[in-house]
Amino acid sequence: MSFRTEIRLSGEGGQGLVLAGKVLAEAAAIYDDKNATQSQSYGPEARGGASRSEVIISDDEIDYPKAVNLDLLLALTQESCSRYWKDLKDDGILLVDSDSVKDIPEGSFKVFKVPIIAIAEQEVGKALVANIVALGIITGLAKVVSEEAVEAAILARVPKGTEELNVKAFKAGLQAAKDLS
Amino acid sequence: MVTKEKNRIRVMTGNEACAEGALAAGCRFFAGYPITPSSEIAEILSRELPKVGGKFIQMEDEIAAMGAVIGASLAGSKSLTATSGPGFSLKQENIGYASMAEVPCVIVNVMRGGPSTGLPTLPSQSDVMQARWGTHGDHPIIALAPSSVRESFDWTVRAFNLSETYRVPVVLLLDEIVGHTSEKVVLPDTSEIQIVERQKGDPKNKDYLPYKQTESDIPPMISFGEGIRFHVTGLCHDETGFPTNDSQKIDLLLRRLNRKIERYRDQITDNQRDQLDDADVAVFAYGSTSRSARWAVRRAREEGLRVGLFRPIVLWPFPEDEVFSIAQKVHHIIVPEMNLGQMAHEVEWASRGSTDVIRINRIDGDPVRPQVILEKIKEVA
Repeated sequence: MSFRTEIRLSGEGGQGLVLAGKVLAEAAAIYDDKNATQSQSYGPEARGGASRSEVIISDDEIDYPKAVNLDLLLALTQESCSRYWKDLKDDGILLVDSDSVKDIPEGSFKVFKVPIIAIAEQEVGKALVANIVALGIITGLAKVVSEEAVEAAILARVPKGTEELNVKAFKAGLQAAKDLS
Repeated sequence: MVTKEKNRIRVMTGNEACAEGALAAGCRFFAGYPITPSSEIAEILSRELPKVGGKFIQMEDEIAAMGAVIGASLAGSKSLTATSGPGFSLKQENIGYASMAEVPCVIVNVMRGGPSTGLPTLPSQSDVMQARWGTHGDHPIIALAPSSVRESFDWTVRAFNLSETYRVPVVLLLDEIVGHTSEKVVLPDTSEIQIVERQKGDPKNKDYLPYKQTESDIPPMISFGEGIRFHVTGLCHDETGFPTNDSQKIDLLLRRLNRKIERYRDQITDNQRDQLDDADVAVFAYGSTSRSARWAVRRAREEGLRVGLFRPIVLWPFPEDEVFSIAQKVHHIIVPEMNLGQMAHEVEWASRGSTDVIRINRIDGDPVRPQVILEKIKEVA
């Protein structure tokens, strides 16, 4: 039986969600030998405005590269959570930034509330890497891509000189996922 | 873009693949004006072209960029520009000039929602008619619609090959989904890529006629600067390239220009046929929408419905004979597209009333969902 995992990363323009999606797709496709696509939808603004990045991971050919039934939804803003939670599968995972999303929808999906942006700011030292912290949590929760693959993909993608910061952010995310279970 | 050297697996976008395809095809000149969602093509070529001795120019606007592309091609360089809807509109006058003066060049249009500035960041397929009839007059043109990252590479190479072979502008129609989606891909080795060069005239031939009526309908070219001076104009011209009002010569020129695509239609056209042999229902889909269609056709087959997919990769010239022959066998052709039925109209015309053509149209910046096509298949099957 082939599998198809659909992940949507949502929030605001400027939060690095497109990059996070690309890293996840690269981890799955290049380092874990699966098929993966990443696509995005955002507004014309340089910053702000709704932004979403979608990753499909499968062991089969991926015809439709957009997410329809979500296995995992990351919401870094209340707006994105309210807008997208209905696309979650019954046994899906909703991961929210607990400081930004207060109004949590009710459903049979699992909900994880983590202060993602605060972890980036306080534990790692830069709010900018909240996307990589989120990647760490998703890697720990979704278990669809290996930790090694995601770390390798992060190192291949992030700007030179920021590797240490980003790996620290990733590890903080992995730890946060462990603390949840 | 990340590469794992060992097995050549890469994850890249359609726009990145298009830029690499252009370089592989031998493109050595790019002029353009940045516009979402095509800008990555210009960005990559601004970095990569100088490394291979090519030239990149960001011009003051789109029509000037098209002019620069025409000039570079006349001087012998394979030339490219990339844009999106509003920029494509602005280039039209010079695209007509390239058609009339038979200047090989490739125009990439990564389609976004229109009209006007419309939806800069969201996908659409609403420029397929503009690709055919955007510039005025009865003119030859070829337009292509890849649907994946790998195809964006392959069909950029093919766009140059067609353009150089037939001395015609070729429009490569990506859409925002194809252009911006990252996908796992293994690109072909350079030794596997077939590259076509334009047929050249002899620069020592003092009797060279740049627009000679040849048997092939495609006059050989000499590059500017190679030794022979000749005239190029958008006016109707005779074999010398100078303007003419001689009705016989005008008729010869304009019929040859259009005939040179028509007579080579079989070499130009290309399409993918999937499970059509025993189909009662066909889905006609192109570009990124064909991916939704392929999903729907597979699921419908799993449920025992006899449905097939016809996917033209070359949109213009339109595959009218192929559509007519499918229309004889199926009772419905479903045409999903991200516009209000631009290609459905062609399918209806080509079917000549022998089947029902059902439209599925989405114009709000979201793609046509596979489930919607599947439901329509079930409804009519």
